[in-house]
Amino acid sequence: MRKVTLLLDDGTKFHGTSFGYETPVAGEVVFNTAMMGYPESLTDPSYAGQLMALTYPLVGNYGVPEFSIEENGLSTFMESDRIHARAIIVSDYSTEYSHWNAKESLADWLKREKVPGITGIDTRELTKVLREHGVMMGKILFDDEPDNIPTADYEGVNFVAQVSCKKVKVYKANQSNAKKVLLVDCGVKENIIRCLLRRGVEVIRVPWDYDFNDMEFDGLFLANGPGDPDTCEVTVGNIRKFLANPQVRPCMGICMGNQLLSKAAGATIYKLKYGHRSHNQPVRKVGTNQCFITSQNHGYAVDTTTLGKDWEPLFVNMNDGSNEGVRHKTNPWFSAQFHPEACSGPIDTEFMFDEFVKLL
Amino acid sequence: MIDKKIQKVLLLGSGALKIGEAGEFDYSGSQALKALKEEGIETVLINPNIATVQTSEGVADHIYFLPVTPDFVERVIEKERPQGILLAFGGQTALNCGVALYQSGVLEKYGVEVLGTPVQAIIDTEDREKFVEKLDEIEVKTIKSQACETIEEARKAASELGYPVILRAAYALGGLGSGFCDNEQELNKLAEKAFSFSPQVLVEKSLKGWKEIEYEVVRDRYDNCITVCNMENFDPLGIHTGESIVIAPSQTLTNSEYHKLRALSIKIIRHIGIVGECNVQYAFDPDSEDYRVIEVNARLSRSSALASKATGYPLAFVAAKLGLGYGLFDLKNSVTKTTTAFFEPALDYVVCKIPRWDLGKFRGVDRELGSSMKSVGEVMAIGRTFEESIQKGLRMIGQGMHGFVENKELEIADIDAALKEPTDKRIFIISKAMKQGYTIDQIHQLTKIDKWFLQKLQNIRNIDLQLHKSKGLDNIDADLLRQAKIYGFSDFQIARAVGMEAKMDIEDAVNIVRQKRKQLGILPVVKQIDTLAAEYPAQTNYLYLTYSGVGHDIQYENDHRSIVVLGSGAYRIGSSVEFDWCGVQALNTIRKEGLRSVMINYNPETVSTDYDMCDRLYFDELTYERVMDIIDLETPKGVIVSTGGQIPNNLALKLDGQQVPILGTQAKYIDNAEDREKFSAMLNRIGVDQPEWSALTTMKDVNAFINRVGFPVLVRPSYVLSGAAMNVCSNQEELERFLNLAANVSKKHPVVISKFMQNTKEVEMDAVAKNGEIIAYAISEHIEFAGVHSGDATIQFPAQKLYVETVRRIKKISAQIARELNISGPFNIQYLARDNEIKVIECNLRASRSFPFVSKVLKVNLIELATRVMLGLPVEKLHKSFFDFDYVGIKASQFSFNRLQKADPVLGVDMSSTGEVGCLGDDSNCALMKAMLSVGYRIPKKGILLSTGGAKEKAAMIDAARTLREHGYDIYATGGTSKYLSEYGIENTLVHWPSEQDAQPQALDLLHERKIDLVVNIPKDLTAGELTNGYKIRRAAVDLNVPLLTNSRLAAAFIQAFCTIKPEDLAIKSWEEYK
Repeated sequence: MRKVTLLLDDGTKFHGTSFGYETPVAGEVVFNTAMMGYPESLTDPSYAGQLMALTYPLVGNYGVPEFSIEENGLSTFMESDRIHARAIIVSDYSTEYSHWNAKESLADWLKREKVPGITGIDTRELTKVLREHGVMMGKILFDDEPDNIPTADYEGVNFVAQVSCKKVKVYKANQSNAKKVLLVDCGVKENIIRCLLRRGVEVIRVPWDYDFNDMEFDGLFLANGPGDPDTCEVTVGNIRKFLANPQVRPCMGICMGNQLLSKAAGATIYKLKYGHRSHNQPVRKVGTNQCFITSQNHGYAVDTTTLGKDWEPLFVNMNDGSNEGVRHKTNPWFSAQFHPEACSGPIDTEFMFDEFVKLL
Repeated sequence: MIDKKIQKVLLLGSGALKIGEAGEFDYSGSQALKALKEEGIETVLINPNIATVQTSEGVADHIYFLPVTPDFVERVIEKERPQGILLAFGGQTALNCGVALYQSGVLEKYGVEVLGTPVQAIIDTEDREKFVEKLDEIEVKTIKSQACETIEEARKAASELGYPVILRAAYALGGLGSGFCDNEQELNKLAEKAFSFSPQVLVEKSLKGWKEIEYEVVRDRYDNCITVCNMENFDPLGIHTGESIVIAPSQTLTNSEYHKLRALSIKIIRHIGIVGECNVQYAFDPDSEDYRVIEVNARLSRSSALASKATGYPLAFVAAKLGLGYGLFDLKNSVTKTTTAFFEPALDYVVCKIPRWDLGKFRGVDRELGSSMKSVGEVMAIGRTFEESIQKGLRMIGQGMHGFVENKELEIADIDAALKEPTDKRIFIISKAMKQGYTIDQIHQLTKIDKWFLQKLQNIRNIDLQLHKSKGLDNIDADLLRQAKIYGFSDFQIARAVGMEAKMDIEDAVNIVRQKRKQLGILPVVKQIDTLAAEYPAQTNYLYLTYSGVGHDIQYENDHRSIVVLGSGAYRIGSSVEFDWCGVQALNTIRKEGLRSVMINYNPETVSTDYDMCDRLYFDELTYERVMDIIDLETPKGVIVSTGGQIPNNLALKLDGQQVPILGTQAKYIDNAEDREKFSAMLNRIGVDQPEWSALTTMKDVNAFINRVGFPVLVRPSYVLSGAAMNVCSNQEELERFLNLAANVSKKHPVVISKFMQNTKEVEMDAVAKNGEIIAYAISEHIEFAGVHSGDATIQFPAQKLYVETVRRIKKISAQIARELNISGPFNIQYLARDNEIKVIECNLRASRSFPFVSKVLKVNLIELATRVMLGLPVEKLHKSFFDFDYVGIKASQFSFNRLQKADPVLGVDMSSTGEVGCLGDDSNCALMKAMLSVGYRIPKKGILLSTGGAKEKAAMIDAARTLREHGYDIYATGGTSKYLSEYGIENTLVHWPSEQDAQPQALDLLHERKIDLVVNIPKDLTAGELTNGYKIRRAAVDLNVPLLTNSRLAAAFIQAFCTIKPEDLAIKSWEEYK
């Protein structure tokens, strides 16, 4: 296996070996503390532009399932049609795998999709560096090649435009007279669509910058997506129009959707020092004793003090007090910073989809 | 938020350590008591296990060394009047007792509220039928079983389900009386046994080969739930989880599978209504996402203790707080101290739990692993590769293994069969199979172990092959050496793999490998267990070492303030919770003095591995290599090797060789006591008598020695704890047979043969000395005569029946030995005493098994004293004579023969008890009654079966037999005994041995007909022939759960006690009330 170096912006180096596609790559280095779910994470569009380091050391154990597509056009096991992370960084890649559901090894998949994977990295030490310094740009370089790739950019880059669908797509419901949900695709994870379809609604998926306000639908869904929400002013403008419409219709947002809804409600967004990427984020529903373990993947957060007067925080992170969701005080508009659709992660908050569909 | 009316709480402990219920409940109970104390709640503890940490001063406010049975607990409730009771922290013993008290209305009568999970929820999980119904309500799949109340019903159920089936006894401890049956014959046998433990037996379809997965789930009264940890068994379903290697977190589950089972766990715990902690076990199809719930334990369990240690999440502590009414959101994560307790730990390492068996200690035991637990302890290994973790673990179990490879060659006649039928050697058989060229597929076919685990093991084997190819340390490149270390190879394995053993002493070779590694910069790094995979900064002191990393998580001060205490490793027969107690007391003393207390230990069942107990905990190996790694980093002021039993004791010389500062008695003196030759020469020099012995290497010398001293003789190797591989031989044939076995026990040390003294008292001296002068001591006396291992013997302290002259001599000899060995610290000497003739059997320059017992009876903490001596602090000489005591302490042993199928439940020079209790009484009879009832004996109601062995034993029992008759007991006696009793005019009914097939009545029939409440069966001697004769009766007694005594002195004492006093007349007094 070829030797590689992970070079961080502050000059810190980690040495390891390559097990994926062999090409140097640059991106924002982030860590994820989830202990499983690498196929889901890699295909999560929110990881666009990022080098994903996993703190759980053993990766690849159960291989990768077949990339099959269901009748409705959604993949069976993945969260999008391809790997979005720019690379995966692990401590101990398992060259062999064992699972009834596996079609190939993680290494083979990475090679097919031309994504680098490196192993032998002390990802705990890396996490400590990122925790102290904040997320950093980094490069994966092959030791037998000169460093001839440019440093990547992350902030200010519109990754949403890169991963969003390019044209409107309709997912029919199984039943007739189904309610219609308009879903703004900022980089949607397919399980959000699955969660909606399972509840008997029709999903109309539109590109991130599509003005949907003239379309016919019963509820608006703001999906997750990668990068800086401030690059999505177009979407925020469209949401504002929706909120101003005298015909009040339900709206739910997830992750980037929470940030865009909050922006539309007047709030500002800030970048977290190192983001929340894990399956064990505790959130509390504001004003109640109800707490939930959530799956998260975000680097930006809503500053709740800047929310409009008609809005209030819905959930709060129990570890660092950051915002985990907002809601309108009177209208059926709410959102979560975490991922109720999970995939990967705990499914304890999937009830939010029930609440949304009930409101339609 | 919390209920203010709860001001006094009773906690039930789990009693003596036994297979299936061991040290984990000392840990759970200690944590719960700590949580209550923090709230200012007055605590009452009932636990006869005197060696535990929870029964130490200051842990609970009032401690009762009484049996955890409904009668005694009710009397304590009546006296103490607590408002609340905790049932979930003392294993199945406490849970069963609590349910009984609830059902009989005692709790209601005294207004005692059950804190945490309601009793109804407990009953719903314990009764299989109710449990299945309950889960049916929420459409969760269970293993459908048919509850049967007769053997006929069981047969019918099994033939309907189709064999193989599994049989379980309801309400049983960790699978007691359960097992697999492949056919009706096996079912008949097992069902009878199961019915003896429980009126209800369950028959279910077997799911052999499915994965076994567990989740630890927590719920508060606001319905907030978390799963703290999941675990996957290395062995597929069919092997009790206590018998399996367990991995945390799961390794072969996808996200979808993990979260499917996680969500189910939460659904279940909500529906049942747990408040606190519970464990959900699943069978999981390896070829789909199909599952069955195996069981739910509505209490803290072995798995929860393991999960706490594996994640750093203090489950018992949190569960106790939730029981008081807190919400999870009210509590803090005790590792980070800043984040909330409502979260799920993220691990960045992999944990392997490996069971420790001691099956070699039991004559005739069935070695095959199954659905009933046999292991006596466990270890937990932490690594950042699976290979590192499992190789560490295999070294930790302490049975001479160096990891997965490079062990002594196993002799296996039929590898296929050995793979198919798992035994305690299973993983080493896999190693052997790989060596012989078995493919992963083949091994998988035979074992059903998931291929991923086998692939990882194969990786170890592949690295080993590369090391072999290098043919010498000098040829190994740094990359391969580093790789070997990352994948868990010890320096020893590397030295052996590259063939250094042929050229030099292996110990030198190991040091050369170590030097080379250091030169190449291949060193382990220290990582924290912080519950959040480094996401948040944590000030945790919970550490392990790994080669899979580039940086330490902590910075070393190099201030020489560290005192390293070496722990006791896996619990095993001969070394268990008592050494945990000793270690914890040492840590406490070090902390009190403002020094940095550092513990190295790897036993997840212990309190010493609770990161709250010390300033720095290394959850890692106690091998020379790893201890040196830690000492290199800590540069300690000193190392304590005398509070952790034999493992640290054995390291003393080697550490001393590397100039490690050992506190207390110096290594050369430890060696002088351990080395029989040196010790004997010393005794001769100072004129102290000892049983005649000789260290011999040839049969000729052996015979010459025995011609001189005569049979019986005691045969054993040097450096042993708990008399491993020790035996009494009564004749030439036995001697030769045993020597053949013992020959490969130890090459370095010759076999030692000594004259075996019969009808002799055994006396123990536990003491602390400073610079050779004894400053505190405790002399205790065995109830049994010499010949019963001191770990199995019933011991009274203070000694009650020794001549004053004997005591005076023992004191004098002990003082001489202490002076001669310049002892500073704890030590123990065992003596034989006949009339006033005193002989020394052995001397250990470390704390002994009885230190917690004598400390607690004496009310002087001997380990605190010893630690102060070792730290060089001033101590005062203790002046307390045994005449000052108005009470007696008796330590009785707990046996687990009911778990060990086919093992002969007879006592000998080799230790076989798994635990002990210590009870206090106003006199010997009271203390003995409490102690015997605590280890599971019951007062017989009617029939007693006597077979009283040889002439001396028969004579010793005659008064007891007469007393029994006077108290209206029916005596049944076998041939010789019956005749003897009749000669003395003691009425009895003659019954026949199983060998006297045609004669009626048969002793075995009476047992099966439940006409016998107590069996006294004493072998004449320990020869094979004699043992076989009584084996069937002894084994039947154990299998049918009828109390059994095999020693005449103890039997006589127990009979005397229960005929003299009634249990209800025993005083209910707490520890502090004995003054």
